[in-house]
Amino acid sequence: MNATLTLATARRILTQLRHDHRTVALMILVPSLLLVLLRYVFNSEQAFSAAAPALLAVFPFAIMFIVTSITTLRERTTATLERLMTMPIAKLDLLFGYGIAFGLVAVLQVLVAAGISLTWLGLDIDGSVGLLLLIAVLDALLGTALGLLASAFARTEFQAVQFMPAIVMPQVLLCGLFAPREAMTPVLEWLSNFMPLSYAVDALTQVTHSSDVDVTLVRNLLIVAGCGLLALILGAATLRRRTP
Amino acid sequence: MTNYAVVAEGLRVRRGSREVLHDIGFAVERGSVTGLLGPSGCGKTTLMRAVVGVQIVAGGTVTVLGEPAGTAPLRNKIGYATQNPSVYADLTVSESLRYFAAILRAPAGDVQRVIDEVGLSSHADQVIGDLSGGELNRASLAVALLGTPELLVLDEPTVGLDPLLREELWTLFRGLADKGVTLLVSSHVMDEAARCERLLLMRDGYILADDTPDALRRKTETADLEQAFLHLVREQEALA
Repeated sequence: MNATLTLATARRILTQLRHDHRTVALMILVPSLLLVLLRYVFNSEQAFSAAAPALLAVFPFAIMFIVTSITTLRERTTATLERLMTMPIAKLDLLFGYGIAFGLVAVLQVLVAAGISLTWLGLDIDGSVGLLLLIAVLDALLGTALGLLASAFARTEFQAVQFMPAIVMPQVLLCGLFAPREAMTPVLEWLSNFMPLSYAVDALTQVTHSSDVDVTLVRNLLIVAGCGLLALILGAATLRRRTP
Repeated sequence: MTNYAVVAEGLRVRRGSREVLHDIGFAVERGSVTGLLGPSGCGKTTLMRAVVGVQIVAGGTVTVLGEPAGTAPLRNKIGYATQNPSVYADLTVSESLRYFAAILRAPAGDVQRVIDEVGLSSHADQVIGDLSGGELNRASLAVALLGTPELLVLDEPTVGLDPLLREELWTLFRGLADKGVTLLVSSHVMDEAARCERLLLMRDGYILADDTPDALRRKTETADLEQAFLHLVREQEALA
């Protein structure tokens, strides 16, 4: 691991994004537009306030997952990864570079989405706004890390896109957004315990309803961050210097 | 220090159930330009991948600059240009090179130097995806020239280039070799073979010949290398 190389990688990825205005616009605006849409679908601030915190976790998670898995897959399938693997750069430098670059985009995405929700859309939270942002960013980073990992198992961009419903949707369905996790059948509740998004949604829901920072909240945050880190490290293990 | 930059012994590579390199052995002298010639699909790229250490090998050894191929000490001593241009299509030529230069810890002026060397000065700020095929290839080649590589492994670096540029690149390769850099350059165009000091002729995963261009012509009693290659193929088939 080398900070210079990690940062050089992050800068390279951000430069690539800078050349692609449309992708940046989509990444930053789509979650906010969806939240605006949802607000008027419910047509009630109460109903929106109940669902919005979970969605502040779900949208960045899903979008960062798909963007990262495609970008990384592109690096794997074009010969750039092969070339990098002949150079003095550690695999983790590359992956943390990705994490930092997309993490920064995620911060921007969440800032815009949370800003619009808290002001225009009337989302009311009892806890701290800073904490809400922190959770959403961790969650977007988790999406980034899982996307990196998933890209290892896709051979084409077409397959990578299919991982979104396969990996993201079950987590969205079971995270407590549609039904409280405690109210689900024991099997599903048990399954949801293995899905990192559940803990992000729990944490966000807690921040919405209370200003307490208790052990459960800290534990949930650690689980989300830990899963992200674990996915990054597993992702590094799937990068191979030698390939068939 | 040995006189050889690359030594391969008993190298075997399998892809799926098929063996694509069969018991290959050769040595590349330091400071030479060695051509790796053969038809498309004969195993040139696989052989080069084994030399730079990104190929999983089934047997044998490849020693590069005195170290086993692919080991960490070699990673800033080898310049590698893949056959498919390996550059970031959404960056400009200089942005892409700046990234690779940072990884190789190449000096600050290196990006400009290699851009000039491959003749892309007027395209330095152009996005790589907008370049023509030949320019794309040169943008990819430029990356291999960054830093101070002791061995350059170039997979078909001159494909799609006009004759003048091809001439310039071969002059550049020659100049590098004169400074002690070893070059292993693949091509499927026989007329490029004459520019190399030594040739490895490949076919179907075997090395047909490992000799100088003159010696090949002499031994096969042919006037040009295309004919020499054909002669060797027929000879091999007669033996089989």
